[in-house]
Amino acid sequence: MLLVFAITAGVIFASGVYLMMRRSMVRLIIGLLLVSYSVNLILFSVDDSGTRGAPIINSAEVEVMSDPLPQALILTAIVISFGVLAFTLALGYRATQVAGTDNIDTLQSTDREI
Amino acid sequence: MQILIILPLLIPLLTGCTALIRFREMRQLAALIGLFLNMLVCLLLLLETQVNGILVVQAGAVRAPFGISLVVDSLTAVMLSISGIIGFAVGIFSVTIVDANHQRFAFYPLIGFLMMGINFAFVTGDLFTLYVAFEVMLMASFVLLAVGGERGQIEGGLKYVTLNLISSTIFLIAAGLTYAVVGTLNMAQLAARMAEQPSPGIGTVLAGLFLIAFGIKAAIFPLFFWLPASYHTPPIAVTALFGGVLTKVGIYAMLRVLMMIFPQEIMFLQPLILTLAAFTMIIGVLGAVAQTEFRRLLSFHIVSQIGYLLMAIGLFTRDSMTGAIFFMVHVILAKTALFFISGMAYELGGTYKLKKLGGLSKRAPGLALLFLFAAFSLAGFPPFSGFWGKLLLIRAGLEAGQYVIVAIALGVSLLTLYSMLKIWNEVFWKAAPKHDADEMPERKRLSPLMMAPAAALVALIIAVGVLAEPVFKLSESAAVGIVEPAAYMQAVLAPWTGE
Repeated sequence: MLLVFAITAGVIFASGVYLMMRRSMVRLIIGLLLVSYSVNLILFSVDDSGTRGAPIINSAEVEVMSDPLPQALILTAIVISFGVLAFTLALGYRATQVAGTDNIDTLQSTDREI
Repeated sequence: MQILIILPLLIPLLTGCTALIRFREMRQLAALIGLFLNMLVCLLLLLETQVNGILVVQAGAVRAPFGISLVVDSLTAVMLSISGIIGFAVGIFSVTIVDANHQRFAFYPLIGFLMMGINFAFVTGDLFTLYVAFEVMLMASFVLLAVGGERGQIEGGLKYVTLNLISSTIFLIAAGLTYAVVGTLNMAQLAARMAEQPSPGIGTVLAGLFLIAFGIKAAIFPLFFWLPASYHTPPIAVTALFGGVLTKVGIYAMLRVLMMIFPQEIMFLQPLILTLAAFTMIIGVLGAVAQTEFRRLLSFHIVSQIGYLLMAIGLFTRDSMTGAIFFMVHVILAKTALFFISGMAYELGGTYKLKKLGGLSKRAPGLALLFLFAAFSLAGFPPFSGFWGKLLLIRAGLEAGQYVIVAIALGVSLLTLYSMLKIWNEVFWKAAPKHDADEMPERKRLSPLMMAPAAALVALIIAVGVLAEPVFKLSESAAVGIVEPAAYMQAVLAPWTGE
């Protein structure tokens, strides 16, 4: 089970990185999205996959209780990445307006001598 | 005095909430009061830690390893105070220099939120909460960087956002894996457990991940390219705040997480860290020497100075940590002052290009004097603060027997001086370029609200240089807290474990 998680997270991460290497703004943002998803998956796999009981006293045996902390971490991470991505989308949209193109390679004016 | 620990979070939050005030002048005044109170509380906390030792608050009174601990030890208090001072100075400086167009878009409230994120990152004693604090800080800085919507800002902002998001992602992976390996996220408990079981392999991987994550934020050698691409794009007050404080939050996180939790792994990674430090120093200063734009030159210097701090981390002795903290205080003051001065040079000359500026030593002798003091301090001349910072680092390097890195650090100092002289010659010493004389609209005068914060920071630089002893004592107590974290663990965990 852990192996499946590891491979899936790895493939998603790699896809995200590949998309980020492309020149298109939209692909860059989707790449960031995929990478943050894969991190959520990694956090999820921190918990032992054999324990799926609710972590509430008297509702399940202690041995099968799942660890609530990774789930709390994922929830927080999802909310944060949602907010950040909304901002990134707005920024990307504005960048395509200002530069008149979707091509990231043209956004070099801040690195050049003026 | 428990409430005192919460105030550095509450006051900037309330400062941020001043966005709700409708009238610009009132909003500005309320925000300035907020920033001033923040500075005051941070200085009080510094005093309190020196008198009473480490202060701890368990959020919601949940027992230590299970809840979120807020901890203020010497290092935290030093960082809080210095960033509080910079925050207030930037607030005053922005009053006249940031134009109304930028101020309309919640400029001051965003500075409030940024200060909250910074303070939160310093105060928290929990690894995951540190991630959240970083995100709060980054979100506010993203918006501050992009507000205004000029092409340069959007382009720089995009690079800044992308690379910092990648850094956050790596940090999150590292935090998650640390929890999987050690079973806790409380820094005190992490330090205790990592010290108990010397773990080969996996610990080094975790330390490496943290090094990359914080390295991107602190702008160390192969990961710094976002900094010179973005830092010169926003209004100069924002650049001063970012350049002064933000990268040093990354260094603080390295000290707190890498040094305190993974000391064995640092010894293993020492050659790598020292090599990176050498490259950071050299590439940063060479980049600065090659620049002909005031703000970009200073931006590359940020990278170069980060190299010195990384060198101290790599040496990893008590003396080098003392030097690192002293140097950090110095470089935050000097860098912010220099950015202030570049902003005032722009007000007078109407450009940041070194070639087109000139003759400012006649037009604004006070400004020239301030620049000279700040630049000499950055280059490491006595009696300014930079001299002591570099002396401590060099001595620690010699004691550790790392002669190569010491030689590089000294060479980089020389190049720093050269690039500062370049600014001095171009901006202040040479006569104003002729062809610009008739285009120049009117002779602007510098508002005292711009001069005062810069003068105050330069006065602090001189004060730290002349009265080095108390600052050295403070740095030493902060360094001991990192190198020997027993007191930190005791303060956070002991009330609950019964002893």
